[in-house]
Amino acid sequence: MTTRYTASHTSLRTAGIMLVFTVLFTMVMSLTYNATRPAIEASELREKMRLINDVLRPGSFDNVLLDDYVELGPTPELGLDKGGRVYRARNGGQPVALVIETVAPNGYGGRIQLIVAVSVDGHVTGVRAITHSETPGLGDYIDPKKDKDKAKPWITQFTGLSFAEVAADKWKVKRDGGAFHSRVGATISARAVTDASGKALAWAVRHNRDLFAAKNGDRP
Amino acid sequence: MNMQSFRDNAWNGLWKQNTGLVQLLGLCPILAISTSMVNAVSLGLATLLVMALANFAIASLRNFIPYEIRIPVFILIIAALVTMVDLSFNAYLHELYLVLGIFIPLIVTNCIVLARVEAYAAKNGPLESTVDAVMMGLGLVWVLALLGGIRELIGNGTLFGGIDMIFPGLSPISVFGPDYPNFLIAILPPGGFFALGCLIALYNWISSRAAARAAARPKTAPAPDAEAAPTS
Repeated sequence: MTTRYTASHTSLRTAGIMLVFTVLFTMVMSLTYNATRPAIEASELREKMRLINDVLRPGSFDNVLLDDYVELGPTPELGLDKGGRVYRARNGGQPVALVIETVAPNGYGGRIQLIVAVSVDGHVTGVRAITHSETPGLGDYIDPKKDKDKAKPWITQFTGLSFAEVAADKWKVKRDGGAFHSRVGATISARAVTDASGKALAWAVRHNRDLFAAKNGDRP
Repeated sequence: MNMQSFRDNAWNGLWKQNTGLVQLLGLCPILAISTSMVNAVSLGLATLLVMALANFAIASLRNFIPYEIRIPVFILIIAALVTMVDLSFNAYLHELYLVLGIFIPLIVTNCIVLARVEAYAAKNGPLESTVDAVMMGLGLVWVLALLGGIRELIGNGTLFGGIDMIFPGLSPISVFGPDYPNFLIAILPPGGFFALGCLIALYNWISSRAAARAAARPKTAPAPDAEAAPTS
């Protein structure tokens, strides 16, 4: 630095250079954002559809499921304190099933986000954990991807059941006197998922008609 | 760049100044992600990519960056690069992104990246800096692979768990059979400290034995340790 630069000159100059770098790299970032956005949106959509195909038999509905939903406000029965969505599956215009976003607040590692699909006749067609932070190798068997039993993952035991097969007061883990087994040493994760799916089923059975009658995107 | 400086870079990155075992930079991601080998190697490679890009970018721009504001500019550049890597992973390697998702943005806060930029890229040319970053990154990757492998093997009885999320069709190897009772502490955070501590002890033992042997031998040529240890 030569002496002809004053302090104010130096600070202006460095500030200017900082500004140039900021603008330059913000530009680089926004270019990347715009270039990757279509691919990101496509893969997010694919991911959602894959989850929905896990809980609903593919081909059992013919509407664009992701565009046919009811927006819920805070719903304590489903553990939703900020609201969520219920997607409605229809076949030829006839109601088929509801895909419900629900939250089990009492997992070992905090909240477990689930989707539960319930057919119009009150059967669970599938439950999946979307996000959770259960202990790796212990409680994370609620996620079929982490479940060691690949042939019959733990979370599939709800599939096909209604309150006719398992009474509402038996929709618990065996440890609590219910009907569903849990793995030794990791009852808390199983209990959270079991209770939340039972609540979601009861809620779906109760509000089935209102939900299908509600206008698209509306609150029931 | 000549052969000697390439060998120095490789030796420093892979062994002598290993980020995971010697510099102990970025302990948080190292311990958090090394619960399985696939996770560990994936994040190691993502970090390597960011380091190489950051070192290259900053070595190329180093003559335009005033000394007084170098750190903010470095962080700005690293953050922009991590954002790009994050978005690209999300767009083109979505399965892997679902596994590593939350850890990729954290690479910004990883001191390894800033340390290499400050200690090396700010003073050397783009080519040497990129080689340095790749070697430092590879040093991190092998430590992470070993750490993740040990923790996964002891904790879960498997190796390559989760490989099917990256290469569909491949399946994990169950080393101890399906009845292995899962020694869970290896996977939980304390196990990370135990395993890393054992690795560092092993490293120090090997290094001190090598040093003792080198001291016992009559000197023939100067050791390739010309470059001073970077501080951070």
